[in-house]
Amino acid sequence: MSEAFSVRKYLRDLKLPFCPGCGIFTLMDAFLRSIHELGHEDLKDFVFCSGIGCSSWICSPYFVADSIHTPHGRSIPVATGIKLVHPSLNVVVFGGDGDIVGIGMSHFIHAARRNLDILVIMVNNMIYGMTGGQVAPTTPFKTKTATTPYGSFEEPLDATRLAVTAGACYSARWTTAHPNELKESIKKALRMKGFRFIEVVSQCPTAYGRRAGFKNVGEILKWLKENAVSIGQAEKLSEKELEKRVVVGQFVERKRPTVVENVYAVIKEAQVNDTKS
Amino acid sequence: MTTTKSNTYFWQGNQACAEGAIAAGCRFFAGYPITPASEIAAHMAKRLPQVGGIAIQMEDELASVGVAIGASWAGAKAMTATSGPGFSLMQEFIGYAFITETPCVIVDAQRAGPSTGQATKCGQGDVMQSRWGTHGDYSAIVLSPNSVEEMFTLTVRAFNLAEEYRTPVILLADETIAHMREQITVPSSDSVNVINRRKPRAGDKAFFGLEEVPPMPAVGEGFNVAVTGSTHDEYGIRFTADPLVHKKLVERLNNKIRNHVEEISDFEDYNIEGCQIALLVYGCTSRAIYEAVEKAEAKGIKIGYIRLKTIWPFPEKLVRKLAEKAEKIIVPEMNLGQICYEVERVANGLAEVIPLNKIGGGELITPEELLAKILREAEKNE
Repeated sequence: MSEAFSVRKYLRDLKLPFCPGCGIFTLMDAFLRSIHELGHEDLKDFVFCSGIGCSSWICSPYFVADSIHTPHGRSIPVATGIKLVHPSLNVVVFGGDGDIVGIGMSHFIHAARRNLDILVIMVNNMIYGMTGGQVAPTTPFKTKTATTPYGSFEEPLDATRLAVTAGACYSARWTTAHPNELKESIKKALRMKGFRFIEVVSQCPTAYGRRAGFKNVGEILKWLKENAVSIGQAEKLSEKELEKRVVVGQFVERKRPTVVENVYAVIKEAQVNDTKS
Repeated sequence: MTTTKSNTYFWQGNQACAEGAIAAGCRFFAGYPITPASEIAAHMAKRLPQVGGIAIQMEDELASVGVAIGASWAGAKAMTATSGPGFSLMQEFIGYAFITETPCVIVDAQRAGPSTGQATKCGQGDVMQSRWGTHGDYSAIVLSPNSVEEMFTLTVRAFNLAEEYRTPVILLADETIAHMREQITVPSSDSVNVINRRKPRAGDKAFFGLEEVPPMPAVGEGFNVAVTGSTHDEYGIRFTADPLVHKKLVERLNNKIRNHVEEISDFEDYNIEGCQIALLVYGCTSRAIYEAVEKAEAKGIKIGYIRLKTIWPFPEKLVRKLAEKAEKIIVPEMNLGQICYEVERVANGLAEVIPLNKIGGGELITPEELLAKILREAEKNE
């Protein structure tokens, strides 16, 4: 941390496309601060993969880095190919809730299962924002959206707990109302190995906030702050009491052999056997 | 691998494909189990680690081609293999590989469709899908092997074309060619012509334009390459509304293939100049022609043929020449008619185009059936 932090050195000289008040700005700031505080002067040791949706534009093409912007939901397979072939690179995936646990759900579970050595940061704005506010797998029950005009009739998914079940080495949830905790979580995840997942519950004032009855961004952030409950406290609360609450904190931290280590062990073994025969 | 002192083996088509890929420099394979392509995955899983490569089974075909595309951007030559149902799932990423100019090889060992169809039986129903399967304006390079040996040589060529033109290349095999066993003489590794993608020089920034086939960096090389499936300029920067950026990109991507049909085209021909009746064949169906042609000639019929080893881009000039010479062109296919319409379009009335179709049970068109068709058409001429 020799010099003062500036997002500029990590960003291309392009105009950012996000709506005023979007939660993505908070995440971009937290992520790049993490990079800075970990001592990376640039992003040359990183590769970023993303799919389709607002949050997939965080890295593509705005980061001065290698970035691969894939079809909807397919960032994790492309990240898998890169990490397997080039294990020394830090591979980070950015995506939205629709991208990662909607259309891309299967890849997400399997990457956690095989313990692919990547960090997945999922912006959960509880809606399909870019396409105009349709119901997402993360939309709270009874929420009115463009495609649920009478209110959503499905229960939302808990992606952070799913990551734990699927085998992630690190899984945490924070919100854009917790920028400091988010930054520290990203720093921790970047220093770890294995499949790491961070869910960032974020505001979409354009497609979600106004439908959900929030007058401005400040109201959404206030709601997130007031309704967030730590994972420790949450254990003492009933299911009823946890309705409409956002459970934040670190859900798991563990070590498992990664698929990258295992694949290269197989190569080594096959070559030894090949020489013998 | 069965090793003998010579380079002659008795291999299955799928094994020859896998070995051809390795000879071409393929060091990454991903796949999902499906008949009749599974042996390629099994063989790659055994062989690739021995040569320092990676083979992995993914959760589905979408992921299989996606992980190959990621591997390609990390600098590896990569392949996936599937059959019709999986090929349908892969179409999304095939369009992505085309617009991002990602070299990779996709093998489709065709079986009888639509849908699950007759999963273990041969068919040639994916010919049009291999050309038009993904959405939007694009051009495909599709190769059609007709022997175990060509499963090797055309796989090598598929990689070379993918690297030279920076585009996905499809090896359109079929159940018969994939599963049958034949003698094959494998060229020594130093006699295999291997083409590698052109790499950028220090300071290069335009990886998606300025040249017909731009140089391709790998991630981690310091080029800060921005890859996107959205319309982009020469530098990979997304332009989602500008009409000129889209036109320039998509026209170049198509022209880099369409302007090189003659270099890409590969075929076998016989007696084009002197034939009255011609056969236009490809893939497993073409195996019937040799006996049929010999017997037809014995009956005094002036017959010739073109066997396409490259189906797409369609060799229009070549087929037009055939239509100028022959009175009739018979097009045998194990589908209800696909390439025959392309032949008809190109012949444009110069020759009569006659389809010969057979589907179901994986039963091949036999030399006898083909000969009977040739004789009927010759009789009508008299």
